Amino acid sequence: MRFLASPRFALRALLAASSLVPLCAGCPRTSGQSVSLLGSTSIQPFAELLAERYAKKYPGKFVEVQGGGSTAGLQAAASGLVDIGMCSRSLTDKESRVFTPILIARDGLAIVVNLDNPVTKLSLAQLRALFAGQITNWQEVGGKDGPIWPITREEGSGTRESFVRLVMGNERISRRALTQESNGAVKELVKGDAATIGYMSLGLVGKDLKPLAVEGIPPTVENVLAARYHLVRPLLFVTKGAGNPAAQGFVDFVLSPEGQSLLATEGLVRVQ
Amino acid sequence: MKRDRIIGAVLLVVALSAILGLALIAVFIFREGVPIILRVGARKFFLSTDWEPSLGHFGILSLMAGSLVVTVGAAVIGLVFSLGLAIVLTQFSPPGLAAAAKPLIELLAGIPSVVYGFVGVVTLVPLIRHFLGGPGLSVLAASIVLGVMILPTITSIAIDALQAVPRSYLEGSIALGATRWQTVTMVLLRAARSGLVAAVILGMGRAIGETMAVIMVAGNALAVPHSLLDPVRTLTSNIALEMGYASGDHRQALFATGVTLFVIITLLNTAALAASRRRAGRRRAK
Repeated sequence: MRFLASPRFALRALLAASSLVPLCAGCPRTSGQSVSLLGSTSIQPFAELLAERYAKKYPGKFVEVQGGGSTAGLQAAASGLVDIGMCSRSLTDKESRVFTPILIARDGLAIVVNLDNPVTKLSLAQLRALFAGQITNWQEVGGKDGPIWPITREEGSGTRESFVRLVMGNERISRRALTQESNGAVKELVKGDAATIGYMSLGLVGKDLKPLAVEGIPPTVENVLAARYHLVRPLLFVTKGAGNPAAQGFVDFVLSPEGQSLLATEGLVRVQ
Repeated sequence: MKRDRIIGAVLLVVALSAILGLALIAVFIFREGVPIILRVGARKFFLSTDWEPSLGHFGILSLMAGSLVVTVGAAVIGLVFSLGLAIVLTQFSPPGLAAAAKPLIELLAGIPSVVYGFVGVVTLVPLIRHFLGGPGLSVLAASIVLGVMILPTITSIAIDALQAVPRSYLEGSIALGATRWQTVTMVLLRAARSGLVAAVILGMGRAIGETMAVIMVAGNALAVPHSLLDPVRTLTSNIALEMGYASGDHRQALFATGVTLFVIITLLNTAALAASRRRAGRRRAK
């Protein structure tokens, strides 16, 4: 047991302990010039872009963006862990009493399939039956003979809640539906498998997936803006109380013509 | 002398604090999880397959079934390969090869599970989808990935169990005219049986607790799988998928899922311990 008391052991212990300290360098800072955001993985990539532009424009200011999901974002904002929660669905009555929502953009909810899938459009009723597991073969909606694998998001995801509200109504999503925990995972799966169908933010669809027309209306920014496309949801920043003045600065930037046009070029629909 | 005693006391405190931490975790998850089981009713909680927290349905039967099939699948795959490896490395290979191979196998245990999951998604899942059908994300994919992940656990315990068989047994068998293979199957495996059982049970304990890799390759559908190619959701992936969002009853139900997992893993570890004790007891009796 002598080695325990030796100076070499003490030095090693000290080194080991000090190596743990930088771990907390990534923790959210809530003071001074720094603003922290947490929440919806649908808003996250756009918020990161805005944060980057903001930091470039105002040197010395930092914006930290983390994912985690809409409900996690609300919880983090409620507990004061972050300055701004990101939420990609409408607030419930109970939630809107607690938070101040700021509408930063509108987003179309795109229904996506593999590029090899011949189907190009679905009605809302077909979509509902398909995700409820009542339609199980692509032939029934004008595609090739083969099973349909709907992909849903996990319980609590803002995208899922918007989808349920806009499409499913009182129907429940099929228990056979594959569940993925991020937009990225849904994207990878639909890209690789012609039997799947999923839903995600219109701004995230990209070129590897095919967005379907819903009720005959293709999900384009123009159609969302003109309120023709059916599946549209709000993207919110939520704060609790007065909060951090630096956070207000970032919100002002997001709502400024510059921030809004940045969001518009990324496929979202501006609100200002 | 005095210093020895002080250091001894310090170490005792450190050791006890680790146990205390474990006890606190157990108390915490039971306190959070048990009330909802009682409120929903144990029967409804454990025997219903209906998990829809937003509507207040908390039935974890399909999740338990999911964990069970995936774990058994992993144990079968893990056992076949590990036992083969252990037999070859202890009986049929030059000592140098065995000495080099064992640390390499144990290195497999150090690879982060997300890496296994990623390799599974990128290579295994498309192969299953292409050659066997289904969405690829399946019981089979999860079993294979977990089977590989528990390979080091099972192999290294199996090697120890085989090496613990007294040399005189093997020499006796050879002297009676048995071939090496007959000696392995009729004497070695039988003598080491309880150690091998312990190895598999410990491997299963690891498999049932694994989360990240399973979320990535299992598909996480809530329905009870009907074939090896169907997607499946396990107890662990259910907790990890939903914990970030959950509040109120939903959160408690996830803790209750954790309680279930805790009990299952404790039972498995106790069984493994009992199996290996039996082996030790028998040897002492001889």
